[in-house]
Amino acid sequence: MNKIQITGGRLVDPTNGIDRTGGVYIADGKILSVAARPDGFDADFTLDAAGQIVCPGFIDLSARLREPGQSRKGTFKSETRAAASAGFTTLCLQPDTVPVIDTPAVAELVRELAEKAGYPQIHPIAALTQKLDGTELSSMLSLQRAGCIAVGHANRPVKNLLILRRAMEYAASHDLLLMFRPNDFWLGNNGCAHEGVLATRYGLPSIPEAAETIALAQCLELAELTGCRVHFGQLSCKRSVLKIRQARNDGLRVTADVAMHQLHLTENDMIPFDSAYHVLPPLRTEADRQYLRTGLAAGTIDAIVSDHQPHDLDAKLGAFPETEPGISALETVLPLLLKLADDGALTLSEGIAALTSKPAQILGLGRGALTPGLQADVCIFDPASVWTIDEANWKSQGVNTPFWGQTMKGRVTHTLQAGRLIHSPA
Amino acid sequence: MAGNLQLTPEGKLKHFLTIEGLDKSLLTEILDMAESFAGMSDQQVKKVPILRGKTIVNLFFENSTRTRTTFELAAKRLSADVLSINIATSATSKGESLLDTIRNLEAMFVDMFVVRHALSGAAHFIAQQAAPHIGVINAGDGQHAHPTQAMLDMFTIRRIKKDFAPLKVAIIGDILHSRVARSEIIALNTLGAAEVRVIAPKTLLPAYVETLGVKVFHDLKNGLNDVDVVMMLRLQKERMSSALLPSESEYFKCFGLTGDKLKYAKPDAIVMHPGPINRGVEIDSKVADGPQSVILQQVSNGIAVRMAVMAMVMHPHGVSV
Repeated sequence: MNKIQITGGRLVDPTNGIDRTGGVYIADGKILSVAARPDGFDADFTLDAAGQIVCPGFIDLSARLREPGQSRKGTFKSETRAAASAGFTTLCLQPDTVPVIDTPAVAELVRELAEKAGYPQIHPIAALTQKLDGTELSSMLSLQRAGCIAVGHANRPVKNLLILRRAMEYAASHDLLLMFRPNDFWLGNNGCAHEGVLATRYGLPSIPEAAETIALAQCLELAELTGCRVHFGQLSCKRSVLKIRQARNDGLRVTADVAMHQLHLTENDMIPFDSAYHVLPPLRTEADRQYLRTGLAAGTIDAIVSDHQPHDLDAKLGAFPETEPGISALETVLPLLLKLADDGALTLSEGIAALTSKPAQILGLGRGALTPGLQADVCIFDPASVWTIDEANWKSQGVNTPFWGQTMKGRVTHTLQAGRLIHSPA
Repeated sequence: MAGNLQLTPEGKLKHFLTIEGLDKSLLTEILDMAESFAGMSDQQVKKVPILRGKTIVNLFFENSTRTRTTFELAAKRLSADVLSINIATSATSKGESLLDTIRNLEAMFVDMFVVRHALSGAAHFIAQQAAPHIGVINAGDGQHAHPTQAMLDMFTIRRIKKDFAPLKVAIIGDILHSRVARSEIIALNTLGAAEVRVIAPKTLLPAYVETLGVKVFHDLKNGLNDVDVVMMLRLQKERMSSALLPSESEYFKCFGLTGDKLKYAKPDAIVMHPGPINRGVEIDSKVADGPQSVILQQVSNGIAVRMAVMAMVMHPHGVSV
């Protein structure tokens, strides 16, 4: 029997309403007890968490690890190492791998790669359509049976609304969750920046908010029509939050998330032509950022995601419009979460819920809490630890972050996945 | 940021990528320097040795005859060795990256790149990546900037109107896709023009265009009222078919510059166009070739202005002409 005790830390578990100093007692990969030491518990291993925060392991609803197919950008080994060092114990993998996750064989390959990397809790999201080309439905049920946790379409367009309707009907008939990133391809017009002041000044092809809100509105209508459960990913603007709020008031079963960087950066933060700031959806306005924060605090937006997208150097070397969008984001999530709390945008407990219990609920996973009986996915972090984002501290193969070189506060010291230590100080 | 990249610590030109971030005194210095080169065209020997021994590469990733030719002439009149690379048949068409092209040319000990590229920020990227001794001049990048075109237009205006302060300037046409317009607007505002207007249908205007410091008009007659300078932009015919405009004829009817419409401007207003001209689409031939047109003067002035910019970039500590 493998017994671990975590002592002296500040326990923050939003699900159980815990925020107090105490211990966590783990046996055989599961939480045995929280706060009170069980009678006769004889630990094989003790983690002293004095001065640190102990919370459930983070769950990411949207990540790219670049395998299979693009190991020059990242591998399961490198990116799960980054995830573990950042407190993540569960990752959902977007289906736009190479090949895409549209057959059980690819889904099984993902599971095998995850096992091989020593990080089994990677849940592939199945492609909604074959090859993500937006025309033919994938074998969603077979993909679910092969381990896919939901269906989605990454950032690719579905050819027309009839196909989206059929896909949602089919998903609904098997109670599959659709994870949908709203973006009208045509209105996006191959843009690379928010249709706003910065894009106008620097002549960057731009993407209006309407590219997101119109796609969102259409999908909400279809959710009502088909009864499909939909989780809207990576919202970027105020009007999207308003639409989600209205849909919830109307009784639709919809949830939503936002990428952490959208809660911090706006178009005004962009260094012109610096490809580190090239993300999709693009960085929008200060008003949008504020409203995303408000929507998160109010629970209209359920979860925060990393939207982790590591790239090789070449992908970001070029004129801004031709560079590939995306941030290597896992490792900055915790410090940015703490900054949200410091800014008063939400409490630490609300922030942790957005990264743990809420994504677990969306996925229907019995995780994301320090509840006795649940598997022991635990993150221990030092909220006061100051570190610089540089080669010495970085684990991801992708160094594409606009926060490179910045000094941040908050560092994960230990991560346990099902009671197994997957990250600890070197 | 681009402004910082293109200036030396002393505030002199290291590259010339955009008008943004350059102050009035630096723009005036460029115009003054161009003035000193302008008379050279009439001399028997149209050459000065300012860039003797320097190698300049015209890197045109996008077609251009007028701009490339004037850059080439400007470099030759400064006694530089000039290499014009036809990108269509170069290594980039075989898959070589932009960066590799730059690295290879660097290895051939060149001193300056004159870059035209279809993507915004390309010249900026090259300036960031190029070896420290290499100067980069932006000859037009995507929809972003065309600073030498803006400066040759400023030069043309100053020669005729003398002072920017009282001037009302109207820019007409495809502002949305125009790097020329963006650079002109910044240059005019920096030099203190009284008012800069843009005139176009909404399909040809970027969002928040007023944040560039312009007044917006959708009606040509209202927009032209009382202006001193009329700048026409080329209307790319290819855009007619991408749901931006219904037809050439409707565009000409609404926004094409004819003699009758020009009467709404001041009687001594000048008509400019960066070329190439689409006669009968954005401008009537009678206006393009008429007494108020300074279109060919713009072309001639382009050589002097490009000489000035090249000289200043290669000799940031001063040039004696």
